[in-house]
Amino acid sequence: MCMSCGCGANGVFVRGKRQSGKTGAPARFRPHAAGTPLKDNDATRIVRLEQDILAKNGAYAARNRELFSSNGILALNLVSSPGSGKTALLVRTLQALKNTRSLAVIEGDQQTDNDAERIRATGIEAIQINTGKGCHLDAEMVERALRQMRLPQNGILFIENVGNLVCPAAFDLGEAAKVAVLSATEGEDKPLKYPDMFRAARLLLLNKCDLLPYLVFDIALAESYARRVNPDIRIIRISATSGEGMGEWLAWLEAHQKESNRHAPA
Amino acid sequence: MHEMSLAESALQIIEDAAINQGFTRVRTVWLEIGKLSCVEKDAMSFCFDAVIKDTVADGARLEILETAGQGRCARCGHEMQINTLYEACLQCGSYGMQVVAGDAMRVKELEVE
Ligand SMILES: Nc1nc2c(ncn2[C@@H]2O[C@H](COP(=O)(O)OP(=O)(O)O)[C@@H](O)[C@H]2O)c(=O)[nH]1
Ligand SMILES: [Mg+2]
Ligand SMILES: [Zn+2]
Repeated sequence: MCMSCGCGANGVFVRGKRQSGKTGAPARFRPHAAGTPLKDNDATRIVRLEQDILAKNGAYAARNRELFSSNGILALNLVSSPGSGKTALLVRTLQALKNTRSLAVIEGDQQTDNDAERIRATGIEAIQINTGKGCHLDAEMVERALRQMRLPQNGILFIENVGNLVCPAAFDLGEAAKVAVLSATEGEDKPLKYPDMFRAARLLLLNKCDLLPYLVFDIALAESYARRVNPDIRIIRISATSGEGMGEWLAWLEAHQKESNRHAPA
Repeated sequence: MHEMSLAESALQIIEDAAINQGFTRVRTVWLEIGKLSCVEKDAMSFCFDAVIKDTVADGARLEILETAGQGRCARCGHEMQINTLYEACLQCGSYGMQVVAGDAMRVKELEVE
């Protein structure tokens, strides 16, 4: 649909005249030419589309979200740069929760099954998506993975995205929330350098806090940068190694899982 | 580089339109890319040229229309142009401008034969 006036779905089109090409001059965009008669002396015409490039991903994401909702599943999309500790945090989280609720993990990496293996060692089902050269998961990949796995009814599905602070921000997977992980070894200003990701996240896990005594890392500064990009972001200081902050993270999970269960049909 | 998969999605929109609207060649593609859309214009051009090879859009010229970012302050409602997500409100100084425009990525129009 045309965003300027709401006219026509899928392309009201106009016979148009070629603006340039031979001359090398830039073709001018003619905003809202629909309905305007143009000279009919060329074989080209203008097709008006006004279509969102992410619409197809959005449609898959909506389907995934519907599936999560009807099964009472809290789905979380974990995003960070490579090595921030997503898998380490997941392993520790699964160990803490596995006796009390159903859990599953989708692992995204360009190559290898290593992270899924680390997850499976905890006894939890994990399915690995290898994106090859792809730098992020998209909703269609997740949909395919969902068809091949047992859904964690009324439980939690963790989706570990490809380690990358840029690309996964744009792709909704159907998750209830994005959880960003930033580790103390990465520098305080990552939220300003990669604002899209920190804007998109509901929760920030500041990981590797066990290392703070050995680093020059101003954690309060990192937090204030994250809040500049996203004033509503919840921040938890955590360590997958020492277990510091795990209680707060587990409480956050519990609260959000209750929310997902409430939305599920009885 | 997510621009590659975005370029592929744009191409798919064009290929669907070719079937629905019966054209066989695309001369020009107008994309709208918002300043706040997390797409790098040059990367998009590069990827687009790569994905259109041997398609209905082979050789098409890409015209990217960059639209400015527009934000509204969550606290005081002030609207202003923004270039980043972490600009402070010029009226009340608070952070967290909500994006009201300039985050779109759209295939706007095509010139076709
Ligand atoms: N000291 C310390 N090391 C950690 C912590 N969390 C993860 N690591 C280490 O950081 C490295 C990368 O962790 P990994 O979980 O693979 O990160 P991912 O790429 O985000 O999944 C591994 O060597 C982990 O042992 C932590 O809280 N403290
Ligand atoms: Mg990992
Ligand atoms: Zn304000």
